[in-house]
Amino acid sequence: MYKKQQCVAMLLAGGQGSRLYNLTEKTAKPAVPFGGKYRIIDFPLSNCVNSHIYTVGVLTQYQPLVLNEYIGNGAPWDLDRLQSGVMILPPYQGKEGADWYKGTANAIYQNLDFIRRYDPDYVLVLSGDHIYKMDYSRMLDAHIRKGADCTIAVLDVSIEEASRFGIMNTDADMKITEFEEKPAHPKSTNASMGIYIFSRELLEKYLIEDEADPDSSNDFGKNIIPKMLADGRNMYAYPFEGYWKDVGTISSLWEANMDLLGERPAFDLGDRSWRIYSRNTPLPPHRVGGSAKITNSLITEGCDVEGVVENSILFGGVTVERGAIVKDSVIMSGVVIKGGATVNYSIVDENCRLGRNSVIGRTKGAGENITVIGAGLDVPDDKNIPGGEMVNADWLENN
Amino acid sequence: MSATGIIFSNIHDSNLPEFTEKRTLASVPFGCRYRFIDFALSNMVNSNIYDISVITHYNYQSLMDHIGSGKDWDLARRSGGIKILPPYITAYANNSNSLYTSRLEALKSVSYVLDKLTADYIVMSDCDVICNIDFNKIIKAHAESGAEMTIAVKSVELDEKAAESSIIYSSDGDGFITDVLAYPKRFSGRADISLNISVINRKFLQQVVMDAVAHGYTSMTKDVILRNVDKKQFAVYKYDGYFARILSMADYFKYSMELISNAEARRALFSVRHRPILTKVRNSEPTYYSEGSEVRNSLIADGCEIEGTVENSILFRGVKVSRNATVRNCILMQDTYVGEGSYVNCVISDKNSRIKDSRLLSGTEEAPYYIRKHQTV
Repeated sequence: MYKKQQCVAMLLAGGQGSRLYNLTEKTAKPAVPFGGKYRIIDFPLSNCVNSHIYTVGVLTQYQPLVLNEYIGNGAPWDLDRLQSGVMILPPYQGKEGADWYKGTANAIYQNLDFIRRYDPDYVLVLSGDHIYKMDYSRMLDAHIRKGADCTIAVLDVSIEEASRFGIMNTDADMKITEFEEKPAHPKSTNASMGIYIFSRELLEKYLIEDEADPDSSNDFGKNIIPKMLADGRNMYAYPFEGYWKDVGTISSLWEANMDLLGERPAFDLGDRSWRIYSRNTPLPPHRVGGSAKITNSLITEGCDVEGVVENSILFGGVTVERGAIVKDSVIMSGVVIKGGATVNYSIVDENCRLGRNSVIGRTKGAGENITVIGAGLDVPDDKNIPGGEMVNADWLENN
Repeated sequence: MSATGIIFSNIHDSNLPEFTEKRTLASVPFGCRYRFIDFALSNMVNSNIYDISVITHYNYQSLMDHIGSGKDWDLARRSGGIKILPPYITAYANNSNSLYTSRLEALKSVSYVLDKLTADYIVMSDCDVICNIDFNKIIKAHAESGAEMTIAVKSVELDEKAAESSIIYSSDGDGFITDVLAYPKRFSGRADISLNISVINRKFLQQVVMDAVAHGYTSMTKDVILRNVDKKQFAVYKYDGYFARILSMADYFKYSMELISNAEARRALFSVRHRPILTKVRNSEPTYYSEGSEVRNSLIADGCEIEGTVENSILFRGVKVSRNATVRNCILMQDTYVGEGSYVNCVISDKNSRIKDSRLLSGTEEAPYYIRKHQTV
């Protein structure tokens, strides 16, 4: 017997994130570290809790170990609850056979039983690879006020960008009249953010029908949304204003990290009215030594800085020795940067050791690409790694 | 072998009267992001003691706020976990300043809880124990010695002033206590002083407390240990690790600054393998160093924003140092604000205090200038 919930959130966290290369070699995309002490999934989870949505199913599939461990019992987000809370929903073997999640819609379909337990009136569908702060409860209010069957959050993008998104064309009341997936000649700039609220009974009906259709690819964007629109359902766009970034590529992940810097950052983590929660590692305060020089950077617990850090983000427990220089880079937990090493325009994954006088990446500038060092690598002293390389153990062996 | 923990939260409040005006000694902030009691709690949890009672007396609101359900120490449990024991006996209420000032009196007042304990051993700790110590080692030594009670001591060089706040133990070759000097006058030299951490057999403790109630005993040292010193019931455990003993504001300042200057002290407290010091999680964002900030030789917690110059200082969570401000040799507690162009030196600012623009404030190492909680200067 479960308490009824007005709204249940289903967080799609199965993304492989192949465009993040070695960062997702052993980690699902939502578990990729971000912003000094967070992982990408902290943002939708914190948004749920801050929006008073306390029942969250997390649909995992690809490399779930790190993600499962990270979410654990949900305590860091206050989602360790008796009647609800966070629940990891991996694909499972049923009586009829085992299925991987075939598409986003199929993933929800396979977990309809989870949703039904709480008898919700609404289902919020989220994806686990976006950085943003959003009050879903306001979107739900709009959904209820308009008597919608489905509400889709949209972001006003530039006309040039519009071709990369699913575009919602609407009437003056934001009622969706047409949906175009990545249109070559967009008619409007309302880009879908992959955030949907459905009235629950109707969602069930469409998921069941979609599952029965052998030609469907069981995807919200490709199948469910176009079908509902074709059936003349009440569908509304919900305009979102504020920072939102898809961090599906190395460059967008780097940019989103850099958006945290500055005295008035594009994305403010210090907003006390909308805290971002994360699993805390017990580390002591960070230490800044006598020879350190830090400008326009974020530094967190457990770091020990004796070198130069500029326009960069250091995660927990990073050591920057005297004489080392870090610029325009994202350095993840536990990395040790030895004396004399230079890191430019790079993302260095967890627990690497960058040897003495090694040179990682090239100064950020026109035509230069981001260098990525995979987790746990030991870069030898004096090693020179050119710009734009995606370095893993094989690369180090062969170069 | 099973053990239960008891922590005394108010015993040494008078050592730091400024800080304890509105809080217990247990909840005095220390080391950028910790409170005194975090060390005792973490030491217990790291030694697998998951049943802990905290005896309080007064001013315990900030302590309750800090501990919450205990989940940040893994102590939110159905069985065991952490219990705060507020004053229960009201008979002494008219004389609040002498209300259980000794550990024995505190224990007498919670005898209703002690009676129900079933663990083999009780680990008792005051909350001014800034150290990272393995209680299991003390318990093991205690069990092997056959003593009823084992007191952790450390050999230190004492001057007359420090001796006046110390309990000094003499022991024989087997480690049994032969004499105790409690807060001696005109004593100086090397001595084994109490760390205010002890292990005691549960049944013995229950007996001692029952006896103390019946005979009106008030002091563990004078009435229990010294009366029975020839019975080989009381032993010492010699600890030689790092220990910050904070008896005054000057000590507080000295040991805080030592965290910056002494890498060995930092390592011995915070980087002991498998023995993290836990504290309340505040979900602060990482600290931001702006263009033009100058920070050297400092320890800094999360959630700070630094535009000015910081040297040789300790910044707690959420401190803001504005443009052109200079902070030297300071301890700035949670959410302190330092205004533009201000110069502060040897200042200890308590929580939520505010230093306006262009202020010039300076104390000395021996007598740091103290800014009260919520005070604006």
